[in-house]
Amino acid sequence: MRMRFVELSVGIFMVMGVIALVLMAFRVSGLSMDDAGETYTVKARFENLGGLTERAKVAMAGVTIGRVTKVYLDNEWYSAVVEMEINKSMSTLSTDTSAAILTAGLLGEKYIGLTVGAEEEYLEQGDWIEDTQSALVLEELIGRFLFNKAEEG
Amino acid sequence: MASGQNYVSVRDLTFSRGDRLIYDGLSVDFPKGKVTAIMGPSGTGKTTMLRLIGGQLQPDSGSIVVDGHEVTRLKRKELFQLRKDKMGMLFQTGALFTDLSVFDNVAFPLRVHTKLPESVIRDLVLMKLEAVGLRGARDLNPAELSGGMARRVALARSIAMDPELIMYDEPFTGLDPISMGMIVKLIRGLNKALGLTSLLVSHDVEESCGIADYLCLVSGGKVIGFGTPAELINEGSDEVRQFLKGEPDGPVPFHYHASDYRQDILSGGR
Amino acid sequence: MLNRLIQFGKQGTSAIESFGRATLLLWHSVMWGGPGSAGFRDLIKQLYSVGVRSLSIIAVAGFFVGMVLGLQGYTTLVDFGSESALGTLVSLTLLRELGPVVTALLFAGRAGSALTAEIGLMKATEQLSAMEMMGVDPLKRVITPRLWAGIMAMPILALIFSTVGIWGGAYVAVELLGIDDGAYWGNMQASVEFYEDVIKGVIKSVVFGIVVTWIAVYQGYDSIPTSEGIGKATTQTVVISSLAVLGLDFVLTAVMFGGV
Repeated sequence: MRMRFVELSVGIFMVMGVIALVLMAFRVSGLSMDDAGETYTVKARFENLGGLTERAKVAMAGVTIGRVTKVYLDNEWYSAVVEMEINKSMSTLSTDTSAAILTAGLLGEKYIGLTVGAEEEYLEQGDWIEDTQSALVLEELIGRFLFNKAEEG
Repeated sequence: MASGQNYVSVRDLTFSRGDRLIYDGLSVDFPKGKVTAIMGPSGTGKTTMLRLIGGQLQPDSGSIVVDGHEVTRLKRKELFQLRKDKMGMLFQTGALFTDLSVFDNVAFPLRVHTKLPESVIRDLVLMKLEAVGLRGARDLNPAELSGGMARRVALARSIAMDPELIMYDEPFTGLDPISMGMIVKLIRGLNKALGLTSLLVSHDVEESCGIADYLCLVSGGKVIGFGTPAELINEGSDEVRQFLKGEPDGPVPFHYHASDYRQDILSGGR
Repeated sequence: MLNRLIQFGKQGTSAIESFGRATLLLWHSVMWGGPGSAGFRDLIKQLYSVGVRSLSIIAVAGFFVGMVLGLQGYTTLVDFGSESALGTLVSLTLLRELGPVVTALLFAGRAGSALTAEIGLMKATEQLSAMEMMGVDPLKRVITPRLWAGIMAMPILALIFSTVGIWGGAYVAVELLGIDDGAYWGNMQASVEFYEDVIKGVIKSVVFGIVVTWIAVYQGYDSIPTSEGIGKATTQTVVISSLAVLGLDFVLTAVMFGGV
């Protein structure tokens, strides 16, 4: 009788642990089944990342379709190279797709926004996105603004 | 006495705890199939002797042979095997497992060491409990037992695996006369019925003399007398006789070692 | 001066000595025995006394910690107009730090001290000696199931703590402070990574589980078998394991989350 109570409560305890883990996975970290599906990698070259980091999201029209997996400096070109994984379900990105580093809100995190072009052919594993737009760096903007003002004045 | 008849042989045993020397080259043989009482004044390390024989303590030097096995040189695994096969020990407090019932306590060594089916274990446990007269108490918890009952249950547990050597650590301490009588009867009876070699640590002269075939008196780290109770009372040294008769003064002085009394008083605390 | 130096040296060697004994204990009881080596029933029993009985304190503490995080985070974030990031703040704080650490501290106080006292009492009443004399290794019989139970219970407790805390934070944010429900959960889901945050938090709590239970059983097993000695060992368990948890937390954070 008593041992049964012990066994029962330990069982409940273990189940609670599993439930907690499942909640953490799906409710808290937004892990979803199709997210873990297959992906393909494309690369893009940027003049300036302006704070974009690995694990930043890749979005199109505001919908997340992938993640940044790797960020490094190209020794030949001295520019930043970003590798990103795009979900296989989004395999119809034209080769002239453009990538821009955007900011979520005024002070939010950096992410990559993709905009499709008009070409018939699609991007494949390992392809480069040619048309890129670097991050807006606030200091540069202000600098340019002041410079223009000075010229006007 | 031929050595083949000795179950436990201790040779040149030296043991110290911290800076205190407890045994100083002690040698003694405990005969097989007999009850031997190890006696001596408090603080002479009688219980220590049992722990050394059981391999729970390591001596500084010397040898302890139990049924042909050199206890001091056994590996951990061999030691546990030896204890399992040959030894049982009754602790002063009983040392019952507080989270198990009386039945489970006695069943514990059987369940751990054997793969017997539960029905056989039940029969064995009931046999052992019947032997100590507590078959009816099988469902009680150790907390519900009196001191004497706890010790009897512990005794049933220590004979569960049918040992050849059983060691009793102060089995009479703190018991009422009836319980004491029961324990005395049990020790004697078990020894006779099972042919056990029994070692008994006590300073209870009357009970020990009544129950033991041999007495072994330990004092000052050495054996000061070994023999049957009658031999020792009649022919032992002064110190042995003082202990057995319970005289307050004799070779063992009444006063703890101190400077001269008169001088101490007169010196006025200087 | 010389005396003090000798004293210091003695303390040093005895500390190293007891660390060695503790390592041997861990070695004998964990390396040579799996979770079920003393029988599955024993493990269940220990999971009950170590895990289930710590559940209520963990859940209540988690709820309050989550609510406090919600309130405090709100007052700071609202100044920057980014109170929508509250869910992120609460969940990351709980998953990465407070969940494992506070659970470990509470566990040390609740279960660790009880383990030490229990084992110390078994030693004082000669139950461990009796086991040895029956040819049963008390390390395997007594220590192993308790160690495994602690190691298994800690991550579960930490996960429950974090879960309750995140929902406590949600209660404060959504019900009391009027933050949009979608913003709280949505921002959280966007920035919490399952492997990076949840699993690394679980790894932390497994390490804490090993350390706290290890210290607790060692203190009990090595205690002086008197009521005074057991009391001292119990205090030692709470003090040493709390310090060990906080110190290790820094090391683990540096290793897993970088920044150093």
